[in-house]
Amino acid sequence: MIISGKAFVFGDTIDTDQIYPGRYLELTAIEEMALHAMEGADPAFSSQVQEGDLIVAGKNFGCGSSREHAVLALLGCRVGAVLASSFGRIFYRNAINLGLPLLTWEQEVPIEQGSLLRLDLEKGTLTIEGGVERPLGEEHRFMKEIAEHRGMINLYKERGSLSLDLFKG
Amino acid sequence: MHALEKILSRAAKLKEVKAGDYVLAQVDLAEVNDLYLQVITSFRELGGKKVHDPKKIAFVLDHYAPAPTIKAAANQKQMRDFCWEQGILHLFDVGKGVCHQIMPEAGLVYPGMVLVATDSHTTTHGAFGCFGTGVGATDLAFILLTGKIWFRVPAVMNIKIHGEAPQGVMAKDIILSIIGELGQDGAVYQAVEFTGEAVEKMSLAERMVLCNMTTEMGAKTSYIQPDEKVFSYLSSRAKEHTVYETDPWYVYSAAHTFEVDHLEPVVALPHSVDWIAPIADVGEISIHQSFIGTCTGGRFEDLEIAAQILKGHRVHPKVRLLIIPASDKVYLQAIESGLISQLMRSGATISTPGCGPCLGAHQGVLAEGEVGVTASSRNFPGRMGSAQSSLYLASPATCAASAIEGRLADPREYL
Repeated sequence: MIISGKAFVFGDTIDTDQIYPGRYLELTAIEEMALHAMEGADPAFSSQVQEGDLIVAGKNFGCGSSREHAVLALLGCRVGAVLASSFGRIFYRNAINLGLPLLTWEQEVPIEQGSLLRLDLEKGTLTIEGGVERPLGEEHRFMKEIAEHRGMINLYKERGSLSLDLFKG
Repeated sequence: MHALEKILSRAAKLKEVKAGDYVLAQVDLAEVNDLYLQVITSFRELGGKKVHDPKKIAFVLDHYAPAPTIKAAANQKQMRDFCWEQGILHLFDVGKGVCHQIMPEAGLVYPGMVLVATDSHTTTHGAFGCFGTGVGATDLAFILLTGKIWFRVPAVMNIKIHGEAPQGVMAKDIILSIIGELGQDGAVYQAVEFTGEAVEKMSLAERMVLCNMTTEMGAKTSYIQPDEKVFSYLSSRAKEHTVYETDPWYVYSAAHTFEVDHLEPVVALPHSVDWIAPIADVGEISIHQSFIGTCTGGRFEDLEIAAQILKGHRVHPKVRLLIIPASDKVYLQAIESGLISQLMRSGATISTPGCGPCLGAHQGVLAEGEVGVTASSRNFPGRMGSAQSSLYLASPATCAASAIEGRLADPREYL
């Protein structure tokens, strides 16, 4: 599974209020949520992001609230994946549940705003601006599985149970 | 094993679990709040018709209470309909209060249980020796359907708190100081246990503040070994339960020690919970709004100290002081003891129990350029309104003193 697109670069501690501000929590349609994605950090994000684009951030991306809206809004914008040096734990679970790939990226090399990225979830590699393929951690296998199924709900329906095998691969 | 691991091994029907293991745990109580109509949508999407066990589910309408918009009202309506259709009797409607206050009050929280809620501050219930953790809508939908959830067993860090905090220094000051040291990602994916004589001396309300704020360090859950204070609180409320204890040979992932004998009141500066400064060092910061309330700072003890500080004083003419009791019980107790009339005479505005403006949706949001001080838990950019507003986190005592002076102020001057 290949995800390719432009990088939208953010700093450390992008919390869920910046990803999806609290005043929109009453919205329930994903298309409406998408209009407010990342609004607290970059109000132009939702109008500029295109299918497959990736978010690149520092530590603790998605810290804060349990709001699943944060992941839904990014999916609604067709964000391909998020690379960050660490993630807030509820955001991480929500992304697994909804099928948004999150990958740990220790910022070994700087990624600039607008850089073209190519993420190979099968091989677990990242290519920046057509450069060398850089290996990512082991989580790519698992993230590929959930991304292909577009989340745990479809996986559950396919398997008929909530299985821990997914985490053991 | 740690007591938390014993809780998870009991819930997963395994002899032993350790940090890093993945387990499928039985949930003793799942709670949904009114931000999460998605729970019901996902439940249906999973093919759900009847919930696994209606007795083990609670719905709390607290975040948009009472409903400020037609959309929020429609979401709440669908949740009530779902509860009635499914036979879910633990429906706490508008005005009952914040879930993390009313669930313990209703006797739904007890040591040794697994409590999962669609709210990040579910760590609060570690104060009762409960494994409490927050999740999103899809996880909760799985619990409604199957009664279970997957967990990665967390490593546990120990925070020992020594000494006795001076007058005017509250549990909020202690935990903000700790977060200032360990950082807002200091406990990501981990559990935090509090021990030490300062914790032993604390009331349950104070312990709830410590556990509540571990979320702001990224913690998955928190824990305080239940003692007589917990047992006496539960004696008239909760059902029978097992109290687990940590094996003496358990090895913590990290251990930190804090002394509070000389601690001062502190604030978290905009816009980060770990950017801590003593109130004495912040200089002249004018405020427009002071807020005392939420699952962090809206308990009876918080209103009591606010009233004590405000006694004989008036709220500054340029400041709105908003007070939102954490529950209807807290509200009633504050009315019956005379606190509410005294606070109102001082110029405070009292609103319906619930989350209030904490999430920036209603009941007192901030305008562009405004500065607020709050007893709640978060000061992310735009958290309580405009992205161009600023928010300081402080104890209820500091919020009260600041409301009098119209600027960040030291509560010790009033005690």
